[in-house]
Amino acid sequence: MRSLIRRKRHAADVPHDPAPSKLGYRYQRLMLTPGFRATVRIGVPVLLIGAIAGSWYSKPDNRALLETTIAETVQGFQERPQFMVQSMAVNGADAPLMADVVNLLPKNFPLSSFELDLLTIRAEIEALDAVRSASVRVGPGGTLQVDVTPREPVALWRDGPVLRLIDAEGVQSGTVQARSDRLDLPLIAGDGAEQNIQEALDLYAGAGPLRDRVRGLVRMGERRWDIVLDRDQRIMLPGDGAVPAFDRVIALNNAQDMLERDVVIVDMRNANRPTLRMNEDAAAALRRVNTTTGAGN
Amino acid sequence: MGDLYDSQRAMRQMRKAAMQRGVVAVLDIGTSKIACLVLRFDGPERFRSVDGVGSMAGQSQFRVIGAATTRSRGVRFGEVDAMQETERAIRTAVQAAQKMANVRVDHVIACMSGARPRSYGLAGELDVSGGMVTEQDISQVMANCDVPEYGSDREVLHAQPVNFALDNRSGLADPRGQIGSKLTTDMHMLTVDATAIQNLFYCIKRCDLELAGLASSAYMSGMSTLVEDEQELGAACVDLGGGSTGISVFMKKHMIYADSVRMGGDHVTSDISMGLQIPAATAERIKTFYGGVVATGMDDREMIEIGGDTGDWERDRRTVSRAELIGIMRPRVEEILEEVRVRLDAAGFEYLPSQQIVLTGGGSQIPGLDGLASKILGQQVRLGRPLRVQGLPQAAIGPAFSGAVGLTLFAANPQDEWWDFEIPADRYPARSLKRAVKWFRDNW
Repeated sequence: MRSLIRRKRHAADVPHDPAPSKLGYRYQRLMLTPGFRATVRIGVPVLLIGAIAGSWYSKPDNRALLETTIAETVQGFQERPQFMVQSMAVNGADAPLMADVVNLLPKNFPLSSFELDLLTIRAEIEALDAVRSASVRVGPGGTLQVDVTPREPVALWRDGPVLRLIDAEGVQSGTVQARSDRLDLPLIAGDGAEQNIQEALDLYAGAGPLRDRVRGLVRMGERRWDIVLDRDQRIMLPGDGAVPAFDRVIALNNAQDMLERDVVIVDMRNANRPTLRMNEDAAAALRRVNTTTGAGN
Repeated sequence: MGDLYDSQRAMRQMRKAAMQRGVVAVLDIGTSKIACLVLRFDGPERFRSVDGVGSMAGQSQFRVIGAATTRSRGVRFGEVDAMQETERAIRTAVQAAQKMANVRVDHVIACMSGARPRSYGLAGELDVSGGMVTEQDISQVMANCDVPEYGSDREVLHAQPVNFALDNRSGLADPRGQIGSKLTTDMHMLTVDATAIQNLFYCIKRCDLELAGLASSAYMSGMSTLVEDEQELGAACVDLGGGSTGISVFMKKHMIYADSVRMGGDHVTSDISMGLQIPAATAERIKTFYGGVVATGMDDREMIEIGGDTGDWERDRRTVSRAELIGIMRPRVEEILEEVRVRLDAAGFEYLPSQQIVLTGGGSQIPGLDGLASKILGQQVRLGRPLRVQGLPQAAIGPAFSGAVGLTLFAANPQDEWWDFEIPADRYPARSLKRAVKWFRDNW
């Protein structure tokens, strides 16, 4: 039977009397110790994760699985259509150079741009004689874009039996079989000629009326230039001020048709004392004339 | 007294270590409640090199970061009565305060109100024969004080030099470096029951805490409630606690007398409980809600339901008028105040230049108490609240917390006590090197 007396409990009459147990008190104090707290909050989770990962990784099957998964993921990413290279385009090269360049490029398109080592390709292309510089990039639309700047040959350099094409920097950009292949270019020869191309070009440019007669320029003693003309004539220029000296020769020639005469060598090495050497026949004739007139006197 | 002297010295070291760590708890173990405040010493003046009390009475050094109170258990008349219960209560308070502060506390400074404190005024004399007064001389003159027989079962809780005199000049606060021939000192010594102290030590130790200081609750209340000029000119602080009423008399900023009356608010509650035949918890509630000491005509008409739990309708519907309640409370409050009067008279309080009396403690919140107290204790009576310290929660600024707040000030700036000075040379162990040095200095 339910009690008839309603027992009312006053909350205030029975004071709530919470007291921590000794264990709880010690636990709280322990958890408030900074070192212990850090250990529990960071050390234990790290240790736990490390232990789980280590035990999983220690099995060979799992290791293999992990490796294949990683490889597949990497491949899947690299072979996304955004990264695929479909074709190639080579700009700025003439036909023979184009063939050389295309030989150096990969052929098995389409391939992922991650597999292309653009730096190596560029280095290989630039290693070609005829290429001055090249830029290799993967352009829009998955095109492997190769821009080639070919070397411009400015002179022919006779190096023994070989005729080499060299550009303004003195770098060889190819060979020709015969002088007649490139009659538009001056011929230079001699030791150290390739290091002073610019001076040779200046001299050649200043040849003016003599241009047709110039056979070539010879570097003498790695120091100065000789200009060889047809009819075995030779203009010896000084090491310093070669161009003005050559201009003087041209002026003399214009004034007195000097080089039309029986002169073998015009020696301009000493600017104060230009010297001419005549050929043997002319010298003999002159001697004969002098003797004759001298005898006549 | 060597034992407690050494343990007091050890407690001072502990306090220093606690200040170094920056966190210390204060524990006011009272009869009705136990309050725990956690202090953090990181204020701008923590590393002040200048001596003396810093700005804002030295309280800018610390802030209160945790506070908790719990109902006291196992404490009677301000003494530990049931140790397990007291230990549980201390644990409760400390845990809650730690939780609020979110920091672990290892050092605690405690105060207790009971243990029958007894004050002694000591005088000591030393012949310094025209030399300069040194630190060693001060400890020597304090050692020369003739200590009365206070009994083997008592311990010295406080021993503070109150005054120094050099020849005919008195009232020196710090005679070091001055030249004279005769150095005298007045010292105030407070002894308490040794067993009560030991029980408290034990309880705190069982809570895994280190005791870094021990003080009398009456002294702590005076520190926090008396304003500076009252402490200077002379005033008494009456701390109406739960189980005992503490009295401390201050003069020249030193405590010169302390005592306790073994009656308090709990006795008022038990009077109500007995007089009205109601449980103590209800009596406590009625006392705090409707209590008073001065009855007016209005109080005859204000009826209070006191209830009951018996199931008897007549009994459970009882009411009393507020005048009746006041009629029960007033004689007991008068008795307490008269007992305080007796103690103050015995101490010679009427000879002080100012006779300000400050009532504090939870019991001082009875309405009309100041009027009643001024009839018994003298005209200059006021109700005191403790100083506001930084970070103290709103719940802990009432007069019931004057002891705890005083302890925070004590933790920050303790008064120099006997054991803070150097040990006099003749108290060193016989083979000590310092003693040899002293002998050389005296004889060469």
